[in-house]
Amino acid sequence: MEHRLRTPISEDDVSALRAGDLVWISGTVYTARDKVHALLRSGEELPVDLAGAVIYHCGPLIRDDRVLSAGPTTSGRVARYTKDVVDRGAKLIVGKGGISEEAEALRGKASYLAYPGGCGALAARHLRVKRLHLPDLGMAEGLWEMEAEDWGPMIVATDSHGNDLYREAKRSLEKSSKT
Amino acid sequence: MRREDIVEATVAVLARAETSLPPWVMEMIEEAVREETSPIARSSLAAILENVEIASTEGVPLCQDTGLPVFHLEIGRDLSIPPYLEEAVAEGVRRATETIPLRPNAVDPLTRRNTGDNTGQGMPDLIIDFVPGDALRITAFPKGAGSENASFLSMLNPADDPLEFVAEEVAKRAGRACAPVFVGVGIGGTFDLAPRLAKRALFNMPGTSEAELELLLKINQIGPGPMGLGGRATALGVKIETALCHTASLPVAVNLQCWANRSATAAVRDEGWSID
Repeated sequence: MEHRLRTPISEDDVSALRAGDLVWISGTVYTARDKVHALLRSGEELPVDLAGAVIYHCGPLIRDDRVLSAGPTTSGRVARYTKDVVDRGAKLIVGKGGISEEAEALRGKASYLAYPGGCGALAARHLRVKRLHLPDLGMAEGLWEMEAEDWGPMIVATDSHGNDLYREAKRSLEKSSKT
Repeated sequence: MRREDIVEATVAVLARAETSLPPWVMEMIEEAVREETSPIARSSLAAILENVEIASTEGVPLCQDTGLPVFHLEIGRDLSIPPYLEEAVAEGVRRATETIPLRPNAVDPLTRRNTGDNTGQGMPDLIIDFVPGDALRITAFPKGAGSENASFLSMLNPADDPLEFVAEEVAKRAGRACAPVFVGVGIGGTFDLAPRLAKRALFNMPGTSEAELELLLKINQIGPGPMGLGGRATALGVKIETALCHTASLPVAVNLQCWANRSATAAVRDEGWSID
């Protein structure tokens, strides 16, 4: 099934997503990777409201406020902060490689979407800079507030009902290793 | 050999490598799309092809992780090596960071301070060979962190099966290394030689020996498919490089390379430079 979503993302939006569905997003997107997440864990208040938000695991390449390349970074590095983000109201997390070990933190609350890794030039076509928060963290680590227009397709990899494509792919791996 | 020629050639190979893919890599990805039956995997692979098209048309880096600056320098034995060789390549990296532009990725490992221009202690990483001839060949291999972080080294027991070990580990890791991946395998040597062999294996991709094709098949049988989301193509190519090892050792290293197997080469001579 295909979904075209606009931020802020509602509980109903999240609940309708099933692993394997395709999603396009329009509206506000916040980038966050290692340093922003670490800040969040340390109890620091972020300069943005995460209620209904889309978090993008991404360290973009930007020149003069133009997004040149902005594919996803490996979500595994920040998976441990999933609960912190979801507790603050984030509804969609976009990245690559999955957060399978923290999938339970999403249950009933949020969904994880996979954007094809390395597709920075493609993503850049659908993203523009609104502003940079926390500029001291640098280009890759700063918190970029972006406006997305029909940005996708993303694959619902982990839904809010406990389904996880990464786990399924791994399970079939274990099965085939034994045969 | 003029310093400015080395600088310009370095900028040119970085620009080419960052904004396009070698034709043989594109052909492999196109073939992977044709053979894929999973709609999710097809969607990821189709996005990859569209992404490369946009990057080369617009001249922007195809991945925002423009990598660390790794170069293979092949120095002709008839050349008198200019004293500014390494410094000129570093200057090329600084200039490319500004002009392409590249994301500043290089940080101090302890303080995490970013030098801002992708150069500094140990960077760029120059892998040097001496070859016949009077040319300096500069190949850029910008290396992103996603696939680098999923790479591995293990000192196996000589009784272990190294290829079985590689297949299972790659299948476990490829999903977060932006599969479909290229698998550079270094077997033998010492603790530090094995990973250098694995890196060099990536320079000589893809392998066509029986062992390499068998390993590729095995990885794709048990692997999690494009982006780890299910499907057929976990790996596109495998190359194995070996060196003698101690009779009591079996070092095995794997350097993974994501589908964005970026590289470009230029030749520099006394009279000027040209891109291959």
